Amino acid sequence: MEPLLEVKQLHIQFQAHGGTVKAVRGIDFTIGKGETLAIVGESGCGKSVSSLAIMGLIDHPGKITNGSIIFKGKDLTRLTSKEMRKVQGIDISMVFQDPMTALNPTLTIESQLIEGLIHQKKMSKRVAKKEAIKVLEWVGISNPHERLKQYPHQLSGGMRQRIVIAMALICEPDLLIADEPTTALDVTIQAQILDLFESIQKRTGISIVIITHDLGVVAKMADRIAVMYAGRIVEMGSKRQVFYHSEHPYTRALLNSVVRLDQTSHSLKPIEGSPPDLFSPPKGCAFVDRCPFAMEVCGRVQPQKSRLREGHQIECWLQDTRAVAVRKEMLASQL
Amino acid sequence: MSAMRIDEVPSTNEIKDEWFKKRNVENSDVEDITRPSLSYWKGAWYRLLQNKLAMFGLIFIILLAIMAILGPVMSKYSVSYQSLQEQNLSPSMKHWFGTDDLGRDVFTRTWYGARISLTVGLLAALVDLFIGVIYGGISGYKGGTVDSVLMRIIEILYGLPYLLVVILMMVVMGPGLFTVIVALTITGWTGMARIVRGQVLQLKNYEFVLASRSFGSPTLRIVKKDLIPNTIGQIIVQMTLTVPSAIFAEAFLSFLGLGIQAPFASWGTMANDSLSAILTGYWWQLFFPAFFISMTMFAFNVLGDGLQHALDPKLRR
Amino acid sequence: MMNFIFRRLLAMLLTIWVIATLTFILMHAIPGSPFNSHNGKQLNETVQKNMEMHYNLDKPLPIQYLIYMKSVATFNYGPSIKHPNDTVNSLISDGFPVSFELGMITLIVAIISGLILGVLAALKANHFIDYVAMTIAVLGISIPNFVLASLLIQEFSVNLGWLPPSMWTSWKSEVLPTIALATGPMAIIARLIRTSMIEVLTQDYIRTARSKGLSPFLIVMKHALKNALLPVITLLGTLAAGILTGTFVIEKIFAIPGMGKYFVDSINSRDYPVIMGTTVFYSSILIVLLFIVDMAYGWLDPRIKLHKKEVS
Repeated sequence: MEPLLEVKQLHIQFQAHGGTVKAVRGIDFTIGKGETLAIVGESGCGKSVSSLAIMGLIDHPGKITNGSIIFKGKDLTRLTSKEMRKVQGIDISMVFQDPMTALNPTLTIESQLIEGLIHQKKMSKRVAKKEAIKVLEWVGISNPHERLKQYPHQLSGGMRQRIVIAMALICEPDLLIADEPTTALDVTIQAQILDLFESIQKRTGISIVIITHDLGVVAKMADRIAVMYAGRIVEMGSKRQVFYHSEHPYTRALLNSVVRLDQTSHSLKPIEGSPPDLFSPPKGCAFVDRCPFAMEVCGRVQPQKSRLREGHQIECWLQDTRAVAVRKEMLASQL
Repeated sequence: MSAMRIDEVPSTNEIKDEWFKKRNVENSDVEDITRPSLSYWKGAWYRLLQNKLAMFGLIFIILLAIMAILGPVMSKYSVSYQSLQEQNLSPSMKHWFGTDDLGRDVFTRTWYGARISLTVGLLAALVDLFIGVIYGGISGYKGGTVDSVLMRIIEILYGLPYLLVVILMMVVMGPGLFTVIVALTITGWTGMARIVRGQVLQLKNYEFVLASRSFGSPTLRIVKKDLIPNTIGQIIVQMTLTVPSAIFAEAFLSFLGLGIQAPFASWGTMANDSLSAILTGYWWQLFFPAFFISMTMFAFNVLGDGLQHALDPKLRR
Repeated sequence: MMNFIFRRLLAMLLTIWVIATLTFILMHAIPGSPFNSHNGKQLNETVQKNMEMHYNLDKPLPIQYLIYMKSVATFNYGPSIKHPNDTVNSLISDGFPVSFELGMITLIVAIISGLILGVLAALKANHFIDYVAMTIAVLGISIPNFVLASLLIQEFSVNLGWLPPSMWTSWKSEVLPTIALATGPMAIIARLIRTSMIEVLTQDYIRTARSKGLSPFLIVMKHALKNALLPVITLLGTLAAGILTGTFVIEKIFAIPGMGKYFVDSINSRDYPVIMGTTVFYSSILIVLLFIVDMAYGWLDPRIKLHKKEVS
């Protein structure tokens, strides 16, 4: 099946005072129709930057230096900003992290909700308003007529996030990118919002990229998972493969650092150290300094992608045939 | 970072088999910060040095201060010296900036005017520092009723058109340098008080201040150790920007005939006296005071902007 | 909302009262009588007494204060001392329309040009246009209005002969005074707009708007400008006060028959009723303006309105 979106060898850099930050260093992934891909990783690993790149929202001092983003056969990195605007909101739309700041405080819900329809789809205000009410009902907002007249500050956080989601859906896009959509919300609201995403997907068959550091969200939502570390995807596979058959020390450490109800005796292990400085990214594997199974080669040479099984790939020197002994040690360990 | 990375990247077939052993723990160095982290003040100074316009302002101000001190001394003429034989002379070796309609030496009077302007600016900045900072600091730190009373007072002062008040003061106290200073003292510090109060209110709720309060540090110590260092940048910027507005106020009043009185010279009075020079063509009479007042205000404004940028609290980590 | 307006109105009246009282105290703190001399001649004692009686200056201070307060409350500031044929009111009605016109044109010119300059600079931040705009702005706040006025006359009236150097009779005569007076406020507005615009453009809701594929022009006009304007609105009161006092020198330089001329004259001639009257009049106008600004703020920022509603 032809994928909806295909990201190839994407590199993104930021020009900063002290030099160049290589935020994304060559990532590849695809998303099929109706699929949900979760990109997980610590903050600063490049997951949000990647999603902004798909949205065409990287601007100065950031720059896509290499690679392509193929969406429905078009390379988005080659579009002019005017052409890109025809994609934004209509084909691909985005839900941002903090609903408290994502809405303009000085404009009514109505004017923010329908502006996409009016300016992008050239609808009349009356038709657009009808559409808006329909979408608000969809995302579970009661009294949509009333809500349209209100300002963001008059609504609760959960309600605002529903508005943001409604805004993202109103032009019926094919791909929805959700950047930490539940992080800023109360736990009880989080579950409701995730349910909302699921019901939307069932109804419309929309593809979703969800960016998160919350493995709970991943477990609930994802079909496939991409684990990012220091600007690279270190492991990618189906939810099952990554959760239960991971062979990357970073993924395993990540899973280990989460409280799990099924393993009462399990001791929680934080990952020690911090990610490398992306001003001068390491020559070898970026995880080497925090990896309990680091070998000399890890520090010297960047590991290549290897296929563990169908649809499950990984970037780690432990997959090399010469590293059999250390790999065994890892698999046997608690990590 | 790890010493191994210093080596060249070997090509794939150069990868040696013995590299596939688990690394010794001692082998991996402790990670340290690789970029040199400048201290905040050093960084600010560095950023200021980079700003050409601000450096121009700083150098201009220093030179002006030197000339304000030395200029009148260097000249053989006094401020009030008049010579009817030497009226309206254009700039020459004898009178570097020419003479005015009463035959007074414009060079001497210009630097005398610089003295007045810099004095007024400096005093206004000091008033800002003492009254404004203390008032705003108390208001913000004490909070509650004290804060709301102090802020109401400021609001009323703010509602008063400031130059109008200054003018009224002139009427009461009679024109002169002293009155200008008193009048500026009464009205000039409210902006600073507001800024300091805002800063203090914000900082008061920061964790590190809360922490030192919960350890029972006395108020004064908190003010000295936490609040002042964190507010000082904004205070410096505000002081720098107070100077040009005070200089303007003095020149404005003197121009209206309400400030410095003859025979003393201020850039404002000189500009006023030479208004007719526009028609007579004695351009130097207007040019020098006009040039120096504009340049001085420009210098302080760009320096203030530069400081604001250099001391930007957002750059503070 | 009504409660909020009512409270602001009350605060407004209080401020006017404070100003009126302060003016009264200041004027009576001046030693000596204004009738010691008239046109340079020493007046004899009887004439002086009569004059003082005429202006109620013989009565005890509290009575004088009450009379004065009554005049403030009824907007009837009494006769001028130095121009016995004129009342303060007639001077105001004579000069104020001209000053008001000058001030209003200046304010409008300053806001529009400041807005354009500031938005351009913000959109092209750290590019050539930004540097040019901000250099103009910093020059604008650095050159005192009376200096600029002199330069403008020198260049456009004397050297080029394009525009008249004085009076307030035709639109041509209004150009130079307006430019001289508007440049400072324009520069302040431009700098403020630039800063707040740059700040607003980094906000999350701007990114949201961009993710909808809206054009940059629409994003600036609809999403950013309103928010970026808020700090300017708060500054309008101060700017208006600056323009108002600025009219004093500008009217003097361009010989414009406005109120500033009377005010400066009255100070130099110690014409107390005129000083007191104009001060209170001007202050009242400014305070009413601040009140309007407050209202405008509430209208521009819906969060403010709600907050006040909750309080009341």
